[in-house]
Amino acid sequence: MKVTYYPGCSLEGTAKDYAESIIGICSSLDIELEEVPDWNCCGATAAHSIDHRASIELAVRTLNLAAQMPYQDMLVPCPMCFNRLKTAAFVPEGDYKDRYDIKLEASLPKIWDLANFFATKEMLEVVAKHVQKPLVGLKVVCYYGCMANRPPEITEATDFEDPQSMDRIIQNLGGTAVPWPYKTDCCGASQVLSRPDIVSQLVGKLYDMAQRVGAQAIVVSCQMCQANLDMYQRKIGAEWGRRFSLPVYFFSELIGIAIDVKGVKKWLSRHITDPFSLLRGLDLMNRR
Amino acid sequence: MGKGFLNSGNDQSKGRELKFMSQKILHPNHQFMEQLEATGPFQAGACFQCRKCTNGCPVTFAMDLYPDEVIRMVIIGQRETVLRCRTIWVCAACETCTTRCPNEVKIAELMDSLKEMAIQEGVPSPQPQILALHETFLNNVKKRGRVFETTLLPTYMLQSGELRRKWKAGAWQYELTLGLQMFYKGRFSLFPKTIKGKKEVSTILSHHKQGKNPPQ
Repeated sequence: MKVTYYPGCSLEGTAKDYAESIIGICSSLDIELEEVPDWNCCGATAAHSIDHRASIELAVRTLNLAAQMPYQDMLVPCPMCFNRLKTAAFVPEGDYKDRYDIKLEASLPKIWDLANFFATKEMLEVVAKHVQKPLVGLKVVCYYGCMANRPPEITEATDFEDPQSMDRIIQNLGGTAVPWPYKTDCCGASQVLSRPDIVSQLVGKLYDMAQRVGAQAIVVSCQMCQANLDMYQRKIGAEWGRRFSLPVYFFSELIGIAIDVKGVKKWLSRHITDPFSLLRGLDLMNRR
Repeated sequence: MGKGFLNSGNDQSKGRELKFMSQKILHPNHQFMEQLEATGPFQAGACFQCRKCTNGCPVTFAMDLYPDEVIRMVIIGQRETVLRCRTIWVCAACETCTTRCPNEVKIAELMDSLKEMAIQEGVPSPQPQILALHETFLNNVKKRGRVFETTLLPTYMLQSGELRRKWKAGAWQYELTLGLQMFYKGRFSLFPKTIKGKKEVSTILSHHKQGKNPPQ
């Protein structure tokens, strides 16, 4: 199976672990990823916050490049990029169609949030066939954040208040996804740089609840959520007067562990909060 | 407009102090909402003040006006108040309000439009770091067509004065250790990628007017 792939800027940098795990599992599952040639930044929060025209035009440029590719599906791992591309894809039928001078190709591929792609019935079956090390004993909460689901008229999500994609993926791998109430509560995203105090409040609340429901780890599909929950865990813990030790895995990394892809250790070694002890304790990773 | 009508200023620790309005309510200015709606539509006029937006908002604790109050202020034309408030900047754009609004008011999108209008009208942002981050980000994209995080983070820290603040507060150690860890773990790429369509991207971003209060 061949698909169009739009990795987005952070997967070339701070989210290398996410990028490597996606490439790793896709090659094991015979999914060939072909990058949109010469893709550009989607503009992210910065563009839609202070330059709306640019936020649409940036995404339209990438979409038009993607339209020239022969594949039906385009996988987008970053929920922020996904959200911006979806927003732009709705331009021809939306309120902005006459406002900006935008020509959007008609033959766009289907834009997939990566977690939703892996949670389709077909993909769950494909992955299930490859599982070699079921995630038995691993109890996690799935944290979806904002952009893959909201607003639903853009994302076309139907279960936006209680999304299920990652929960299904984890159960399919033999793990336990514990229900919890903060699946779609915001982590503060880029405010980690400009207002770290806000992020401390928002993320501390997530850790607290994850622990209360008995989760051993948090699973995410967004590199911004991963960064905020993983990189600042010790600092936020100190600010809350608590000690949290909750590894924050990308769902793709857990698929990689379960289907036993080479390179898992390398991906995980890029994390800040210790991702190994828990897995070793559950015999999901050897003790070398 | 009276100087200091909004006394929240840059002080982030203070709570909600914005108790009064910039224009007398006897003279509502409907043109303001019309002007905003022309950049939408946001359906602000459909708001019936159920406060569902505010009740679900994760960052109200950092706001000077609650989201429903911003909408109300827009409807009655309190231009100065909304353009100067902290709320439009600390909004995390999580879209919970827009998603839940029973009247389909696009609240988060309206917040964006207000930020853009504030910049265009030269209203200083009460949250200069947030504006500085957005601008540093877009300038970074302009150079190569993609964000290069390795230079984005230090540029922002220097230009926004965040580094100096952290230094003074003694909060730089964690950041420094984290930066080094990230570096050793290979999460900062050393070589940026420049796309062929760099010019197209920089043209897209060149319409943008820079914010009035350059970071310190």
